Amino acid sequence: MNLHVIARLRKGRSNLLQEGARGSVPLLDRSWFAALLPTRNKVSHPPAPLPQGEEERFCRAPFHPGRVGRQDGGQLAITCGRLVFALVLVLLLSAAPAHAYMAYASNEKDNTISVIDLDKMQVVKTVPTGQRPRGMALTSDGRRLLVCLGDSNRIDIFDTKTWQVVGSINTPDPEYAALRNPENNPLYVSNENNALITVWNIDTQKMLVQMPTGVEPEGMAVSPDGQLIVNTTETTNMAQFFSYGTGKNLANVLVPPRPRWAAFTHDGRQVWVSSELGGAVTVIDTKTFKVLDTIHFAVEGLRSTFIQPVGIDITADDKLAFVALGPANRVAVVSVPEHKVLSYVATGHSEYNAKVKKYLLVGQRPWHMAFTPDGKYLLTANGLSNDVSVIRVSDLRVINTIPVGQQPWMVLVSPH
Amino acid sequence: MVALRQAPDDTAHTGQLPSRRTVIGGLAATVGAGFARSAEAAVAPSTSAPDVPSLTIGYVHWRHDVETISLIFTPAPNNGRAGAEVGVADNNTTGRFLNQNFALETVEVRTEQDPVAGLNALIGKGIRLVVTDRPAPDVVKLADAGAAHGVIVFNAGAPDDSLREENCRANLIHTAPSNNMLADALAQYLIWKRWPRWLLAYGETPDDLLLADAYRRAAKVFGARIVADRQYKGKAGSRETDSGLIDLQKQLPVFTQNAPDYDVLVCADQHSVFADYMPYRTWDARPVAGSAGLIPTSWDPNSTEFGGKQMQDRFVAYAHRFMTALDMNAWVAVRMIGTAASYAQSLDPDKIMAYMRGPDFQLGAYRGLSLSIRSWNGQVRQAILLSNSGRTVVSMSPQPGFLHEVTVLDTLGTDKPETTCKMPSDQKT
Repeated sequence: MNLHVIARLRKGRSNLLQEGARGSVPLLDRSWFAALLPTRNKVSHPPAPLPQGEEERFCRAPFHPGRVGRQDGGQLAITCGRLVFALVLVLLLSAAPAHAYMAYASNEKDNTISVIDLDKMQVVKTVPTGQRPRGMALTSDGRRLLVCLGDSNRIDIFDTKTWQVVGSINTPDPEYAALRNPENNPLYVSNENNALITVWNIDTQKMLVQMPTGVEPEGMAVSPDGQLIVNTTETTNMAQFFSYGTGKNLANVLVPPRPRWAAFTHDGRQVWVSSELGGAVTVIDTKTFKVLDTIHFAVEGLRSTFIQPVGIDITADDKLAFVALGPANRVAVVSVPEHKVLSYVATGHSEYNAKVKKYLLVGQRPWHMAFTPDGKYLLTANGLSNDVSVIRVSDLRVINTIPVGQQPWMVLVSPH
Repeated sequence: MVALRQAPDDTAHTGQLPSRRTVIGGLAATVGAGFARSAEAAVAPSTSAPDVPSLTIGYVHWRHDVETISLIFTPAPNNGRAGAEVGVADNNTTGRFLNQNFALETVEVRTEQDPVAGLNALIGKGIRLVVTDRPAPDVVKLADAGAAHGVIVFNAGAPDDSLREENCRANLIHTAPSNNMLADALAQYLIWKRWPRWLLAYGETPDDLLLADAYRRAAKVFGARIVADRQYKGKAGSRETDSGLIDLQKQLPVFTQNAPDYDVLVCADQHSVFADYMPYRTWDARPVAGSAGLIPTSWDPNSTEFGGKQMQDRFVAYAHRFMTALDMNAWVAVRMIGTAASYAQSLDPDKIMAYMRGPDFQLGAYRGLSLSIRSWNGQVRQAILLSNSGRTVVSMSPQPGFLHEVTVLDTLGTDKPETTCKMPSDQKT
């Protein structure tokens, strides 16, 4: 059975699931389909544990993040009945398009987007863009990819099926933009050279308003409830908070030098801000705008000046934060405290229970990252080695590295 | 899109420069009512509210004509000053959120004029933080004249190591890299390249002799060997004429002839008298470095790494020309003041300086590692770019493999154990 057929099967699953509660039908669980996948093992035998080198080789080989059979040590037998069922599905759904998680990497230097098929773990399409693509945003349905083209002074809106540009937002030197989801509007753009946030309706591509910021606004995030916008100003060291409703500047929190990125916890109660030169992550309470804690990083054998945190991604359960450390070539895994600790934090106590747990070795100079929608994998865009690393979240191992274009800046993953 | 900063009405080009000018950088855009206003209104320039506390930074600017071999590197009249002005604008972009306002008061001082008179005019206005691009003897004069008034002088122009060492002053901060730092930065790269044999060519001015000494020191420190040194004594008028080209083509091979085996010709030529004539004219086919060819510098208008593109764009939009090393050094001085003011949450010069000299101070200046002050001599530690004649950036020093127990940036220039600077103990933070 080739990958194309598998992909169709998976599409069929999601169609079927639209009837009932998503993910509640065990038969249609992703792991069930994994049993249909071709594997290197003899079927109907549980896999014998491999020597370490073997495991390493296997992990480097392309495989789909969703294929859990081998990695979970599950039973890989294909039963006759399942096969028949699968064939029926194929017949029923043969018109459905191929459907895998797709990842998009913006290649700052060669002005392209690399489209990665996460089934194949390789680039399946390279889309030419305007000049210097960096920040990207994806609509919640995954159908539109917005690409900031810093040197072309616009944001192009790509259709992720046809890769045609279906709209453009003309705005000077956009570095990064964040969408207010799930409405997909408005779009908050960091206009780095103009010390401005511009706010856009992406349907009409009209500017709604602009808000002045510090020098070189970059990181931008919208709170999960859509009410709070945070921006980081690289050169003047602030995390700036704005209200969605009134546009009011609510607070300006000084953080260590060169803040690059901001990420809300999924409960919306904290913002984590990375400081590239300060080598730290600042945790800010979103109600009081007080600094709850500053997390520093230290990697043995590495000078502190080379530890430059940029991208932050927090798991959906708010348990782990992944922090890309740039020239340290590592991603730090930081534990995010549970809800009971949050109340403790609100007192402004400095013994905040966030500890660096582990460092992962990835490609060179990882800046930005993205989870697969199932949360099982984390992709990092490695600007100096021109590739994307795939980290398996369950055991914190780098399982694959995919060559992309020159100087990948950011990576996003499609929602389906 | 509305232009955010108005370019200065640079009367310098007309020769009608007023002797004193005040520039209030940036704009104090009203914050907070963004959604209620139209886009235009939200960024319309407005004067800052009178109750916003303000700090005026002084600038003693050396107005002089400089002739260079390469026409495109002739400094603009506002060389350095424009960097300080962009720095003030950047300070205000932040200051408007932190209720701080910054201004720049510039005094133009011609070569023959007394810089101290200019400084006194600034002191008379209560200004205590002063940037200057005057040469080394004037920097000392300014520091000494200002000391009684609590003035701190930021040296953005003079590379002389004596200012950091035997003639050091407690109220001097050097944002300009010293000759030793620049020479070390080049030396590290040449060693990394395994080009350890240098032919040293130096000019006749005292500044050239100092720079040549810096290269001799760097060679010793990093294990290079100066196979021979030669002084260039040509009475070179600076710019090539039709007949001059032919002369140079004959003279310079002779100047570099019969040298012991060498890898690279290192030139020490502070005033653009001969170095830029050297490339492609040496007797042997050898690369040129130092004052021409591969040039160590604190800034290059082609540097785009580490967010540098934004700095270049911002500067060009303001000054309508490229940003020089002197512009960068002045920008660094003003931004050090602004950054320390925002973290110290004060416009009091004493509190600003206390924070700036403290352990937490870091300034991002588009060269990867952050800048801070060497407590032992007031030098700002910084990475040094290696520029391909101002056309591209070849590398940045410190080079990989040159290690230091505190920070790799201190592999460049005079380190703490070697310093001869004796400061009052309270300055040694």
